[in-house]
Amino acid sequence: MHVAIVGNGVTGVSAALRLRALRPDWRITLVSGESSYHYSRPALMYVFMGHMRYQDTKPFPDSFWGEQRLELVRAWVTRLDLEQKRLELHGRTPLAFDQLLLATGSKSNRFGWPGQELEGVQGLWDLMDLKRLSESCERGARAAVIVGGGLIGVELAEMLHARGLHVTFLVREKSYWNGILPPEESAMVTREIRAHGVELRLERQLASIEDDGQGRVAAVVTDRGERLPCQIVGLTAGVSPNLDLVKDSGIKTGRGILVDRKLRTNVPDVYAAGDCAEIVQPGRNLLQQVWYTGKMQGEHAAEVMCGAEQDYDSGLWFNSAKFFDLEYQTYGRVNLKVPGEENLYWEHAGGRKALRLVHLGGQVIGINVMGLRLRHEVCERWLAEGRDVAHVLAQLGEANFDPEFFARHEAEIAAAFGARSAQGVA
Amino acid sequence: MALDPKTLAYAFDEEAAGFSAPPRATPLARTLLHRLAAALSGLGALALVLFLAGLELGGGWGALGATFGLLSCGATLWFYVEFKDTVPGIRHDDTFFRGIQNRGLLGWALGLFLTGFYVVLYFYDDWKGRGLPAVLDRPAQLLDPLARLLSGENASRWFLYGFLYTLAVGLFGVRMLWKYRHNRYQRVRTLSVMGFQLGLAFLLPNLLKLFHQPEFYFSYFWPLKKEYLFPSDLAGLWHGGGFAQFAVFWTVALALVGVPVLTYFVGKRWYCSWVCGCGGLAETLGDPFRQQSSKAPAAWKLERWLIHSVLVLIVVTTALLWINSASGGRVLGSASQDFAKFYGFWIGSIFSGVIGVGFYPLLGSRVWCRFGCPQAAILGLVQRLFSRFRITTNGGQCMSCGNCSTYCEMGIDVRSYAQRSENIVRASCVGCGVCAAVCPRGVLKLENGLPGDRFEGAENPWKTLVDSLQRQDGFGYEPWRAPKG
Repeated sequence: MHVAIVGNGVTGVSAALRLRALRPDWRITLVSGESSYHYSRPALMYVFMGHMRYQDTKPFPDSFWGEQRLELVRAWVTRLDLEQKRLELHGRTPLAFDQLLLATGSKSNRFGWPGQELEGVQGLWDLMDLKRLSESCERGARAAVIVGGGLIGVELAEMLHARGLHVTFLVREKSYWNGILPPEESAMVTREIRAHGVELRLERQLASIEDDGQGRVAAVVTDRGERLPCQIVGLTAGVSPNLDLVKDSGIKTGRGILVDRKLRTNVPDVYAAGDCAEIVQPGRNLLQQVWYTGKMQGEHAAEVMCGAEQDYDSGLWFNSAKFFDLEYQTYGRVNLKVPGEENLYWEHAGGRKALRLVHLGGQVIGINVMGLRLRHEVCERWLAEGRDVAHVLAQLGEANFDPEFFARHEAEIAAAFGARSAQGVA
Repeated sequence: MALDPKTLAYAFDEEAAGFSAPPRATPLARTLLHRLAAALSGLGALALVLFLAGLELGGGWGALGATFGLLSCGATLWFYVEFKDTVPGIRHDDTFFRGIQNRGLLGWALGLFLTGFYVVLYFYDDWKGRGLPAVLDRPAQLLDPLARLLSGENASRWFLYGFLYTLAVGLFGVRMLWKYRHNRYQRVRTLSVMGFQLGLAFLLPNLLKLFHQPEFYFSYFWPLKKEYLFPSDLAGLWHGGGFAQFAVFWTVALALVGVPVLTYFVGKRWYCSWVCGCGGLAETLGDPFRQQSSKAPAAWKLERWLIHSVLVLIVVTTALLWINSASGGRVLGSASQDFAKFYGFWIGSIFSGVIGVGFYPLLGSRVWCRFGCPQAAILGLVQRLFSRFRITTNGGQCMSCGNCSTYCEMGIDVRSYAQRSENIVRASCVGCGVCAAVCPRGVLKLENGLPGDRFEGAENPWKTLVDSLQRQDGFGYEPWRAPKG
């Protein structure tokens, strides 16, 4: 049995490791045109800022792959030959497979903006993007405009700011990432971005990108007619599944590669997982594009290839991020405007710590924290057991995951929430 | 063809070429305070050069103030202005772009300088005997007023060494306090190593001399301070009066009972990154170099062999000395003394000093602690097998970025545990807490809990010990395992 995996990101590698654990005798090949070895994509920013070297972003030593008998092929796949079950590779002989996993990840969104093909305009997704960004700096870039206020936008702003560029951050919404963050947390991140010296302009959209006459970026023009001279334009208005390879291959696609809840495509023996996969399910299809779900989907696809019968279940929703120096964690259902939901929000006087409990008639359904660390296991248990606000507040210390000696706020939070429920606000 | 031709044309070899520093668009802002700090340090350095060249600069306290006083003020101010305008948080920008921190020319130069300093310091009598310049006499003279105040004697080269050591811990301790002003664990820990170095490793031993008591270090125990369980040294102390007898009681009790008991409760960190002078220097002066420690599996293997060999060596040395002493020298003659001398030279001087500190910029700040220190070996065995300490991994939240491993001064591949949601329970971990501090997703937490739930096999430490000894790769090795499922 030979399993080929296209893409050596976290999804592809998680699948390969799971397959190896379950099937010691199968041949497993990871194919990537981007990098020779698996590296951590979220760590790209640290390479650019000098916190780490490229080799430090590799989660496994190079010797690991041979030890695990996982074959690595560095080549771009140019075509899927599903009839003969082989991958056509750029500059190499084709690779035959018995089962195939597509883990091709995402691409930065481009919405047909005038000038989006100019040199200096880029997203931040892969090593090529990192290289391009470096080259723009080497050409003497002094100012950058970042378009689109998600997590990658903030990372790119931090990176370029660290290299001394003047960074202007255009966000379409009234406050940063307010589709995901409730207003108070969004305001806190907005303050954090500005405190670091990044020029955040809200309610702005990109109208066009100007050419300097030599095919490079000269300036960005916003929908309000502002002209912002710059040499780098970061397009970070979200990502979409990378479908380059599956176009016209006979594999069905929607927004992503359509798979069932066992992560199978419409073509036998072909699976898709991670950012590129769109899971067809009753109601709204599922498109999950974060690190953790990539890992879980990769592992699940491996198990299905080995005969597992279960459907993919991503379990409790959680995520975490860091906005400059501000850490964020979220568990369960927050800011989804669930009918009947109520919010308890506490913010520290310093304005850089917050905790939010979202509850439905007292039962906690979501937790957000900023500048505090919570214990995943405990939050997961509370949400799974349907604990109420009183229980969570009484046990809040159990969920504290801050380092030792850090200031504790459990009593203050409980008192604040208690006072508000007494007034009937909660 | 669905792929973009530009993609197909991409031929960058990230392995061979790596990613170099993107040039800065604007130079780092240097304020008036920066210039003032640089001027103060520069003046102090100039004064030091002039003094070494023979100028008296008024002598006494005036000369000390003009040299080390100005240098210290300049450095303190510099560390303050470096961090004062930043938002509190992890400030590791440019770490790998600076030669001094990434084995560039400056890094090698500093490594050579430090190594050279230790060679001269340890072999000074030989050095002078060969007619080489007496380079340490003059700087020691500079410290005479301080030495006389504290110990009643003029400054020896060892006083000079103690002074420079304590000054380095103090100044770079101030840097740590600023750098981690958002992190109370780091601040408390840094204050602790600064306090122990200044109080128990510098002031008290000198004051003891002033009061005609034996020079005693309450923060070092056997086997790091190997003499403190050697029969002749203990006997010498025992006859030195009530205070010295208390010292004997203290050091024997700590070495045999205190060390394992405290390590059981909080891990080896209570000593290695809170009390110990070697650890104190590593955590302060060494902090800018922590990322240079090797995370290669081969380095870990070397570590396990070396550190436990040194432990065996010191245990055997001590045992021989006791056998010799008990038999009145009839059994071994001078062999046990020769063995002790051998240990003192190769391990005490060459390993812990010349390599241990000299190689900070090249191999990271914990070369001695990781590969050589027999005290760390004992603490590590207790920590691995019989302790409540562990670093907890927060569920499945690790995204494998590698900040934790990169900034682990002990060369532990922290990420390899975190990414498979396992606790980190390693003999070498000194509990500095920097992995948890640099983690951008809040995945790691140092904590104490029930010993049995730390890792698979923790409930049966003796069996774990025997099993690991039988493994081909040797004690303490855990081969990579597939994620749980």
